[in-house]
Amino acid sequence: MSETISHHIKLPEGSIEKTTTTLNLGPTHPATHGVFQNILELDGERIVGAEQTVGYIHRAFEKLAERRPLYQITTLTDRLNYCSSPINNMGWHLTCEKLLGVKTPKRVDYLRIIIMELSRISDHLICNSVVGVDSGAYTGFLYVMQYRELIYEIYEEICGSRLTTNIGRIGGFERDFTNAAFEKLEKFLKEYPDVLKEFENLFSRNRIFMERTIGAGPISAERALNYGFTGPNLRAAGVDYDVRVHTPYSSYEDFDFEIPIGKTGDCYDRFLVRNQEMWQSLKLINEAYKKVQEFKGAEAEVFHADVPDYYLPTKPDVYTKMEALIWHFKIVMGETEIPPGEVYQSVEGGNGELGFYLISDGGRTPYRLHFRRPCFIYYQAYSELTKGSMLSDAIIVMSSLNLIAGEMDA
Amino acid sequence: MALNNETIKTRLIEKFGDQVSNFDEPYGLLTFEAPKEMNLKVMQFLFDDEQLRFQFLTDLTAVHYPDKKDRELAVVYHLHNLVDNIRIRFKVFTDINKPDIYTATQLYSSANWMERETFDFFGVNFVGHPNLKRILNVDEMNYFPMLKQYPLEDQTRVDKDDAMFGR
Repeated sequence: MSETISHHIKLPEGSIEKTTTTLNLGPTHPATHGVFQNILELDGERIVGAEQTVGYIHRAFEKLAERRPLYQITTLTDRLNYCSSPINNMGWHLTCEKLLGVKTPKRVDYLRIIIMELSRISDHLICNSVVGVDSGAYTGFLYVMQYRELIYEIYEEICGSRLTTNIGRIGGFERDFTNAAFEKLEKFLKEYPDVLKEFENLFSRNRIFMERTIGAGPISAERALNYGFTGPNLRAAGVDYDVRVHTPYSSYEDFDFEIPIGKTGDCYDRFLVRNQEMWQSLKLINEAYKKVQEFKGAEAEVFHADVPDYYLPTKPDVYTKMEALIWHFKIVMGETEIPPGEVYQSVEGGNGELGFYLISDGGRTPYRLHFRRPCFIYYQAYSELTKGSMLSDAIIVMSSLNLIAGEMDA
Repeated sequence: MALNNETIKTRLIEKFGDQVSNFDEPYGLLTFEAPKEMNLKVMQFLFDDEQLRFQFLTDLTAVHYPDKKDRELAVVYHLHNLVDNIRIRFKVFTDINKPDIYTATQLYSSANWMERETFDFFGVNFVGHPNLKRILNVDEMNYFPMLKQYPLEDQTRVDKDDAMFGR
């Protein structure tokens, strides 16, 4: 009998003697929220080793960017961290503005802050509620989804799209915020605090949730730094590094806000840090909105800087004025020469420091563009985070790290 | 005393003499280069020195300059001192036919995947790397796609009859 089996089934060498089990978690596991593959080595239910495979949705953004004029690269950045694409878009515009030496008006900066903080909220909201889902609490996720929807509606009022926003242009915004956008923003600011409070009540002191997350996937501050952690994950480990404060961009220096930090760097701390950051973001939006309302006269109409080489002129101008037509043609055809230079600009993305390293040699497209993608860098720590924990922790650690496949694979 | 570009430059020149060169400050970010054999020594010094403390590796990537003879590939490190909040950019150049560079994984765990990515796209061979294999591209790929000799498809090509996609 045993002879027939060995005749038909070819087992890999040493698989009978092996005492551990190999489990493929992903690439398309419903609990992984994206295309991730983890090859786990299990002893019973305990993880003794994990190997991550990434790259399933690699789309060669850096190569594509080498043939695109600057404004066409914005659409590539949308597709990095698609839970908070406006931050990526703004980061890219800021990079270009730094290279070109464009100074944006204050009103643009404040409007950008409103958009960026809204998308930070939507990013954290998804991450935190998904942590809830993975610990067995679906309610929170379903409940907050309508407020992410409201945020998406605000995007829609401003730029016309929801997920891959392509929001803003080099120098500012493509159009001014409409009244409907401000009305929706007001609605959001009025209703969201209660929702967030309720969301916190649902989880923060929930016994089951605490037991599932406290001590799951902890990391020390030192290891986190060595692993290149940034964003909420680093702050949960106790390091108060935030790009918005350390290298302020888009006039963040005009605002007064706190950086919440954690202590143990485990899932629970990451959850709390994200929740606190949402409160801070709300505060920032409120302040920025107040500042926007304070502009009077002509200043209150400004929504972009004067950069004719890169900012599309208005349609009536294109049809009636020669210069505007020329600019329009040059921009659309990508015939503007980019000044040579080398620049690194980073923004505080939803899950960490999103960096753009842009080299221009004076041509019409970047010579080299590299994205510093935060979750690609900190996902390496995953095997260290999960070693020795239970299989079910592997899932919750993954969702609490806020890994976005699109960003990881570029 | 807050650390500034001038101090970093002086400290580096004190330690390495004329081996560190091409100091520049594009957009205020101190940039310099060193011979490729020196990359680990320089980074170790930047890491350990009590004043410099560049203990955070922000970014690691490569750039291909096909026209620069014997220094076609540049490996670029962005380092960050989080205490004094100052960044620097450090480059090493290598011949594309012998792209051997010492790995930084012993100093920074984060360098592991970043070096794998750089290997994957540029073919930089990081000597001493624990697991140097492709990361984003398929394992079967036999070229390094980010090199400049591999252009993207010509957008004006006419031999493709693709009525559906407007070519």
